[in-house]
Amino acid sequence: MKKPKIIIISGYGLNCEEETKFAFELAGGIANIVHINDLIKKPKMLKEYQILVFPGGFSYGDDTGSGKAYANKFKNHLAKELTEFLSRNTLTIGICNGFQIITNLGILPGGLTYNKNGKYIDRWVDLEAKGNSPWLKGIKKISLPIAHGEGHYVISKKEYKKMRKNKEIAFVYTNGEICKFQNLEKNPNGSEYDIAGVLAYNGRVLGMMPHPERAMFSHQSPIWQMDKNVQKEGVGLQIFKNAINYFLNS
Amino acid sequence: MISRIYVTPKGKANFINSYLISHKFASDQRDKILKIAKALTNPILEEFFINKFPKTKKFTYVIEIGFKPGVTDNVGHTVEETIIDLLGVVGCPTPDNIAVYTSKIFLVSNSKLEEVKKIALSLHNPLIERSYVASFAEIKKNGLPLKVPKVILKKAIPVINVSLNVSDEELKKIGKEGIMDETNIRRGPLALDLTSMKVIQEHFKKFKRDPTDIELESLAQTWSEHCKHTIFANPIDDIKDGLYKTYIKSATNLIRKNKGKNDFCISVFSDNSGGIIFDKDYLITHKVETHNSPSALDPFGGAITGIVGVNRDTIGFGLGAKPVANVYGFCFGNPEDKSLLFRDKNLTQKMLSPKRIMEGVVKGINVGGNCSGIPTLSGFVHYDDRYRGKPLVFAGTVGLIPRKIQGKLSHKKQAQVGDYIVVVGGRVGLDGIHGATFSSVVMDSSSPATAVQISDPITQKKLSDAIIKEARYMNLYNSITDNGAGGISCSVAEMAKECGGAKVFLEKVPLKYLSLRPWEIWISESQERMTLSVPKKKWSTFKKLMEKRGVEATVIGEFTNSKKCIVEYSGKKIMDIDMEFLHEGLPKQHLITSSVIYKNIEPILEIKKSFTAILEKLLSNKNLSGFSFISEQYDHEVQGSSVLKPLSGRGRINTDAQVFQPVLNSNKGVILSSSTYPSYGDISTYHMASCAIDTAIRNTVCSGGTLSHLAILDNFCWCSSNDPKRLAQLVDSVKACYEYAVGFGTPFISGKDSMFNDFKGYDEKGEPMAVSIPPTLLISAISVMPDLNKTVSPEFKKIGDIIYLLGETNDELGGGEYYKTLGVVGSNVPKVDLKKNIKTYRALEKAIQKELIASAISVNSGGLAIALAKACVGGMVGCNVSLKSQIAPKALSVEVKLFSESQGRILVSVSHQNVAKFEQITATLPRVTLGKVIKDGKFIITNGKNKVVETNIKKLYDAYHKFSNSQK
Repeated sequence: MKKPKIIIISGYGLNCEEETKFAFELAGGIANIVHINDLIKKPKMLKEYQILVFPGGFSYGDDTGSGKAYANKFKNHLAKELTEFLSRNTLTIGICNGFQIITNLGILPGGLTYNKNGKYIDRWVDLEAKGNSPWLKGIKKISLPIAHGEGHYVISKKEYKKMRKNKEIAFVYTNGEICKFQNLEKNPNGSEYDIAGVLAYNGRVLGMMPHPERAMFSHQSPIWQMDKNVQKEGVGLQIFKNAINYFLNS
Repeated sequence: MISRIYVTPKGKANFINSYLISHKFASDQRDKILKIAKALTNPILEEFFINKFPKTKKFTYVIEIGFKPGVTDNVGHTVEETIIDLLGVVGCPTPDNIAVYTSKIFLVSNSKLEEVKKIALSLHNPLIERSYVASFAEIKKNGLPLKVPKVILKKAIPVINVSLNVSDEELKKIGKEGIMDETNIRRGPLALDLTSMKVIQEHFKKFKRDPTDIELESLAQTWSEHCKHTIFANPIDDIKDGLYKTYIKSATNLIRKNKGKNDFCISVFSDNSGGIIFDKDYLITHKVETHNSPSALDPFGGAITGIVGVNRDTIGFGLGAKPVANVYGFCFGNPEDKSLLFRDKNLTQKMLSPKRIMEGVVKGINVGGNCSGIPTLSGFVHYDDRYRGKPLVFAGTVGLIPRKIQGKLSHKKQAQVGDYIVVVGGRVGLDGIHGATFSSVVMDSSSPATAVQISDPITQKKLSDAIIKEARYMNLYNSITDNGAGGISCSVAEMAKECGGAKVFLEKVPLKYLSLRPWEIWISESQERMTLSVPKKKWSTFKKLMEKRGVEATVIGEFTNSKKCIVEYSGKKIMDIDMEFLHEGLPKQHLITSSVIYKNIEPILEIKKSFTAILEKLLSNKNLSGFSFISEQYDHEVQGSSVLKPLSGRGRINTDAQVFQPVLNSNKGVILSSSTYPSYGDISTYHMASCAIDTAIRNTVCSGGTLSHLAILDNFCWCSSNDPKRLAQLVDSVKACYEYAVGFGTPFISGKDSMFNDFKGYDEKGEPMAVSIPPTLLISAISVMPDLNKTVSPEFKKIGDIIYLLGETNDELGGGEYYKTLGVVGSNVPKVDLKKNIKTYRALEKAIQKELIASAISVNSGGLAIALAKACVGGMVGCNVSLKSQIAPKALSVEVKLFSESQGRILVSVSHQNVAKFEQITATLPRVTLGKVIKDGKFIITNGKNKVVETNIKKLYDAYHKFSNSQK
């Protein structure tokens, strides 16, 4: 099977597309950054891709609520193509603002609102992988950075139970090496049920607040200074490798 | 037709978002408004109400806070775009087509109207925001009014001629208070003194005509201190070429000559930023700006405009560099200070409190950096009552650009005769009129409110991406520059130098709203705009690209070689000034200094046995303690480049230098640091400068920087610069800059000055009062390290590691933090020993390259004791050290050993297996073995037999984070 092609959507204040492209290519994929207006012009383009990526950023400055305005634009012009893409055996990921966008698109359950203390926060967190998804293969515990003002995940009890049963909770915040190292609380934003990421479409669609593309190299971790003699590769890369391998090995 | 959509969080809300929508829909208005309401609501989190006040919890009054007419409403813009995209509304969002006005509505359950009004005042800044208070009854009856805060400008005569055939008195008035309008109101400061006014008078006499208002305004902008840096350019005492040429520029020139083929400077002082070599493929650029005056009036707007503005100094470097890191620096009054200041005698124009200023500024840098996807990496915050009248807000941006683009050297650019003058980005409004001239004068009641602007980071992000990710590589323009101070009047005039002239058709400039007068359009500093010179044959390609990216691009004129700057307005020539006069006409003034006598003496200190309490107190002093409450709300990891973060170690101490990886497939790292010692200036501005340079360099080398590949930037923030004594202090510090930059071989690559940071106003009793900042010099350092894997962090690492102090300690408590706690200044200010320090830094560099160092922290404010405390808090480990054998020319008191701020000193820890190699490399340096990193968190400093400090890491941790936690 040949290398999968990855499309990373950009424009209107999304801003993590370049490092996300770098991560996918480091993991062995062929990634293109495509401005949403170019995709709107040539919607058929989506057919050439196996992996769809909504990267992190600040689309429309979070005005009217994070991800909302960008999701509206996407819906207005690309709803049909998106449905078609999801109906194929493809993978989709939304990271941070990308996660906020795809919850607003309605392809993931729940919503994201202001952090409990109302402040934007940049720190590292510990995650426990709970879900059943090609994105999570071989990942049990992982520590990644977050940087957001609206990461507080909201979901109804009823839906939560259903998701837990279907293994659609991707990640929960947990007490791990980072929290121990810097004596931080496990849940940085007050997310309900400590949810940091969720799944849909049989695990093929992943949305997560933490940034795996900011953990490509071990030197990006706050703990690296304690012991620099570790492998260069960062833990975050596994998520991107999983996506590539899903296609290489099938 | 006006409708109001309310969006509230689900359930009983105590807070409401309101969107006033003004548009005449072709058909079925109700259904369309419903569509819009749905688009503005996340059904899982929110619900909406149309033209009907929402169901909420009980309240007595509501407070609505919105923007004043004409103030940038970013959320409003987004909603306008959403509507246009959703309903296919044609045309641009202008008040006459479609406009959205947002506001926030707060519910209060306080019965006293007076108190509610007080709350309202605490919720907004009257300068830019409006508040409306309504009772429950009123709301119940007819909800909130459907009135939009639209800008309405009455038609005014577009251009007036200003007679300079008047008395010197009147000339002075025009210069100070501005041109008299037809309505007999002065338009605000031109900041031109009598000499300049007379030169202009003479000039127009030659042509037998009066200048037009736009010509005068234009000259005022180009000649302003802010743009021409007259104080650094003018001859001063016997320094005939002025301070900048004689000391700053010539230092760089000499250093570059000395470096020969190792010179790493590529573009210095000539462009919007300074550019140096990163590696064979890339240049790295740096520029630090100040945005003080606006931040005093509107802290949020001032700060965000500062950071987003300096981003454009990066995008405006060469053919356009990509912003890869933001830096900041704040000097505030003490947030505990509750005293009131007013700008006017009638006590109507109240200054914001230091706390409000601090919160607004911190938020401004937050939104500016985070929304733009640029890591906000490096910064400091400093508190002193003398910043009460004017805070200092430093904002800087580091950029990255390929050395060659399309085979052309990327740092070279030149507008060509016949190129279109193209403006891209935001539209022009009244915001930011007289910004440049305003920041060149003392702030008082005549300070114009229109000088305040609010940035729109997303509009700029679209522009920035379109330029540096696409247009740059398509070779679509010959030159580009930022629209900052003076707006297009300055950017066009500057670029016109490259080819010899310009002709502008002012009516072509896109406006936010109608009826702006030509002079306003010409000098407005409305944000997010760049000016480019685009060859005619490339215009259509360029325009198409910008349209595809949602960026407005407009041809406003043409570059010429007429040696003139000509402006027309609907067919009428309204400005016709020789380039020569515009740029060189400003009369030189010979500045005179008169030396300052410092009267401070060293205090006699009482003998103390224990310094535990003092150390804990010092560590909790907000000038020495942590500021994680700022660092952690700034995204410093976007772009995936983070190596050494603003917060480090178990104890999350603020680092003095930060390291990042601008090119993800290169192991080279870039190190940033900065330093300022305002209080040293109370003793000597010469040593204030030399210490700032030494510290910025030392911080950088400590984390892995390369002394031979290190450049520095200067930011002079001075006060009352027409006072010969202040000028004398300036000359002293500039001389030190030359001395030490040359000594260290670290060239200045960019700089900026802000010379009038004074406040004149009234206290709560209406008594006149004035407060000026202490002369403040910020030195920023940027260095490239060959291998970022060798980065060293400041905190102690492992139990048993050996602790060393490199460098010599002298009796230098003067102007330092320890003396401040005793309420004295002293006279023994730290001095920098070039030869010794260079030797130390080179040795340290070598040790770091050989990976022998476990931790290195620069000994700065607060001295050795504070450095030790920080290193321990950072590692959450204890230490046991002895001061006995400290290297010093003469015997020292315990105070001095603990708290002296002698420069050139570094506290390092080394693990056992590296001790021998480390001691060999540092054998010839002044070096002492202080002690060990120990377990169970004890913090012990002995002097001979006595324990002079005995505490534990828990206490120190709490002290270090006390202030910061109180701000969260």
